[in-house]
Amino acid sequence: MSAKTSLGSTLFNNLVIAAVFINGFAIMAIELLGGRVLSPYFGTSVYVWGSIITIFMLSLSLGYLWGGRLSSRNPSAKLFGCFFIAAAILSLPIIFFADWTMMQVFMVIEDPRYGSLVSAILLYFLPICFMGMVSPYSIRLLVSSQEHSGRMAGLLYFVSTLGSALGTLMTSFYFVLWFELDHIMWGIVTVMLACGALMLVAHSVQQGSEQS
Amino acid sequence: MNSAFNTRITRAIWSRSLALILACMAALSTSMTMAETLHEERSLYRNIFVTEIDGRRCLLFNAVRGERNQTCINMRNEKEMLFHYTRMSMAGLLLNSQPKNILIAGLGGGTVPKALHEMYPDAEIDVLEIDQAVVNVARDYFSFVESDKVRVEVVDARVFIKRAGIRGKKYDFVMLDAFTGEYIPEHLLTQEFLQEVKDIMTPDAVLVANTFSTSNLYAHESETYKSVFGEFFNFKLSGTGNRVIIATLQPLPTPSALVRVARTLEEPLEPYGVKITQFPMSLTTRSDWDTSKRVLTDQFSPANLLN
Repeated sequence: MSAKTSLGSTLFNNLVIAAVFINGFAIMAIELLGGRVLSPYFGTSVYVWGSIITIFMLSLSLGYLWGGRLSSRNPSAKLFGCFFIAAAILSLPIIFFADWTMMQVFMVIEDPRYGSLVSAILLYFLPICFMGMVSPYSIRLLVSSQEHSGRMAGLLYFVSTLGSALGTLMTSFYFVLWFELDHIMWGIVTVMLACGALMLVAHSVQQGSEQS
Repeated sequence: MNSAFNTRITRAIWSRSLALILACMAALSTSMTMAETLHEERSLYRNIFVTEIDGRRCLLFNAVRGERNQTCINMRNEKEMLFHYTRMSMAGLLLNSQPKNILIAGLGGGTVPKALHEMYPDAEIDVLEIDQAVVNVARDYFSFVESDKVRVEVVDARVFIKRAGIRGKKYDFVMLDAFTGEYIPEHLLTQEFLQEVKDIMTPDAVLVANTFSTSNLYAHESETYKSVFGEFFNFKLSGTGNRVIIATLQPLPTPSALVRVARTLEEPLEPYGVKITQFPMSLTTRSDWDTSKRVLTDQFSPANLLN
């Protein structure tokens, strides 16, 4: 209700759509880099990719569930922005503690299948969960009437998955050739933080204009 | 009478053309058996083919996209090493002619572990191979035999070597030969990996790496090896596209010392077709690459994009 009262509703809608695109981009960029993060400890066998994809799918699925639940009461751009900020902050251990974490796992678990699975959970579950919350919540923010809900959901799926496609392509074709792994992760964290901050600003602008 | 004559002619024509057809079919079938596929095996990683042409049995990966002979053996003389890079990798023996603990990453047809086991029956040989299907094929078609001296582990080389380092296991002869497929395992080219390899080497150990001599990757890879091992022998033979890196933890031996060792190895290596005495003069420490190229690390290793 409050989401689209005064701040130009198209501007707000476009902001949310852009954020959803970036979120989709970031998910696949992080997933692709995951293979490189894990390979020094667990190799590049087929099951290492199996672990990564499993954990990403699992994290996203739970994120969808919780994000959908959270959207049912009093949806706001503030909480939406917080998802981005949480995902960004929870991605930082991938930069700072990945080696330490994987070393602990490597010492305890001999089988690289389970080693890679446990490492993928420890490193990726939380940030990707929050990134999963973005999708259903964004639908709730933008849907204004029941008859438009399918159309809006379709648009957001489209944008999110398009972002994922581009994130996959850019990371695997170019980013790994141009930058170091951690630098790419820093780029993702920064952009996610910026998205979150922008949403918080949008929220306070809305609040301000509602009060006046 | 006339009609009988005609029938005879017709019959003659028929029988001749039949003979011709049969001859054609025979010719066709022999030309087909010339490159007979003995076996085809699909694995998680690739399709593996075993073919035999003229008594030459070969292991092929990814036969659809440009056939690449991974390894071949001469069925009439199984010892003979048919490939330059296989023969060249024996040059590592010039720097340690009495290996006791050998590690080989990449099995292929098992040519190198077989030869080393025959030459050094007391040496402990660990072979790492990521693909169980390759192990099966080597055993069934290339008379590769596992024993208490020659052990195969189906494992990613990086994982095995990291764990061996933690356990304090050491080898005095390490051969890296995991790079011959279409896709380059990028985590086996990095500075961090080579450091882990260094950690499992005894002070007198030698590292032999069968690597790329083509494209962009050559310079990056050379710089990476240099960053970990310092000066190394770059071994290329003219007329081959191969390059073998030979590195040690000690200062490299002098050419005359290499020649001396080569003489002692000449006879044992002769059955394998390895002309070891010709190798020392091709072992050079000269950098013939762009030394400004970036070292490959776990953070930056786009090997497949550089290739």
